[in-house]
Amino acid sequence: MNLVLDIISWVLLSAGGVFVLIGGIGALRMPNLYTRMHAASVTDSIGAVLVLSGVMVQAGLSLATIKLGAILIFLLITGPTSSYALANAAILAGFKPDEKPGQEDSA
Amino acid sequence: MTVVFGIFLLTLLVITAIAIVRTENLFVAVMLLGIFSLLIAANFFILDAADVALTEAAVGAGISTVLFLGALALTSEKERASTGPRWLSVIVVVSATLVVLYATFDKPIFGDPAAPVHQHVAPWYLEKTPELIDIPNVVTAVLGSYRGYDTLGEVFVVFTAGIGVLFLLSAHHGGYSRRKESELEQTEIGLRDHLIPRVVGRMLVPFILLFGLYVQFHGEYGPGGGFQAGALIAAAFILYALVEGEDRTLKALPQSALTGLMIGGALLYGIVGLLGIALGSNFLDYSVLATTPVAGQQLGILLIEAGVGMTVTGVLLSIFHAFAARDRY
Amino acid sequence: MYYVVTIATLVTMALALIRALMGPSVYDRVLAVNMFGTKTVLLLSVIAFLYGRPDFLDLALAYALINFIGVLAVLEFFRSRAMRKKTEKDLEKTPR
Repeated sequence: MNLVLDIISWVLLSAGGVFVLIGGIGALRMPNLYTRMHAASVTDSIGAVLVLSGVMVQAGLSLATIKLGAILIFLLITGPTSSYALANAAILAGFKPDEKPGQEDSA
Repeated sequence: MTVVFGIFLLTLLVITAIAIVRTENLFVAVMLLGIFSLLIAANFFILDAADVALTEAAVGAGISTVLFLGALALTSEKERASTGPRWLSVIVVVSATLVVLYATFDKPIFGDPAAPVHQHVAPWYLEKTPELIDIPNVVTAVLGSYRGYDTLGEVFVVFTAGIGVLFLLSAHHGGYSRRKESELEQTEIGLRDHLIPRVVGRMLVPFILLFGLYVQFHGEYGPGGGFQAGALIAAAFILYALVEGEDRTLKALPQSALTGLMIGGALLYGIVGLLGIALGSNFLDYSVLATTPVAGQQLGILLIEAGVGMTVTGVLLSIFHAFAARDRY
Repeated sequence: MYYVVTIATLVTMALALIRALMGPSVYDRVLAVNMFGTKTVLLLSVIAFLYGRPDFLDLALAYALINFIGVLAVLEFFRSRAMRKKTEKDLEKTPR
């Protein structure tokens, strides 16, 4: 039983790590502000779900699991909100989605 | 493995520090300072220093960023070109660096149990805390009871910083109501017209306050304590001010209450100290506060942590309001 | 078991830092700081279990809060600055 739990959490953690890494590479190599935002926010959410579930499986039924659940809920609520606020601010500042990198607007 | 992680994080820290110094745009510097603070907090964390990591994260990455941005709103964003001789500062910095590097050759090996720091007071604290104070978190025991004088000094330093900033910035203290009426068209206060951050922010404020109170009272059992809790509670009110506008936040927690918190916290700490004298013992000796010395110590630590939390909340929020109000002269 | 995800998160933090240093506009840097913050939360959650100290999860929760508030503060600052510039321009244009 312990081995099964270990394998499950190893799979979840590794998958989470892979997604997080994909997000990092995407934020670096994407050509545009909005595509970078897309890469960062989507992989943030899925990476958080996988990594925190993996750790929750390891923690069993204890206070730590509840805290991890709270962290997960918090990240899932505030991550997309931050991305929305960022995209909104960028649109209002005049960044067109097809703007080339290297062109600065007001800052 | 700790060493590998530590070296990696410290390398990122050096890169960030060089970037902060070299950039001329102060916004970029403020945001890189946020990353700097997170890196340092992660470093503290992998060295097992959880209280310090929590304080660094709460104060450095959150509140400091907000206050720096408030200051930047009042000044310009480009760094002024430096005048004067550069070679003098370069010589001073290089010689100081070489001296510090030379001094590190004398340090004991990282994690050596025979190092001097583990020989004198630290084993005494670790042995005596279960019998004298009986709380699991020895850091809070040291901060609150064994080194209570230092923490008294820290609270008064925070208090003085708050007074100093308020003297400098709140020139319009009496003019709040006058200004509100004169600005007839308040288009878009805060993020009020953006529904999503507003809804999410308002939903989260009570939970952040609850978490701040949890950190305050949980300081004896895990990482936590007055400074961290004060910063978190101030962060909750700053979030409310960001999404709802600063006027409504001042209605929720008026400036008089903030001043009362500032003064009350420092006063509470002083009174607890004087109670020690009044009950026949030394200043800041908590053993006489309750029926048994151990209970007295725990009560004393609880009270002074409450005092610290109150002062830090009051000061941080007062400084925030002073910056934000000044922005709309 | 935890080392794979720890190394992946640390590498991603380095990549986010490069984006923060490189990003041509300031919104790229805000994005990088936000990403850095959430990766730090994940790193802390994993390392807390790696070192066998699950009572350090309070830190991860506090970081997540602080990160969110920091990003909103930065965006509000830019928004109010753009608003002020716009009202100044409008005031210049209207004949007084």
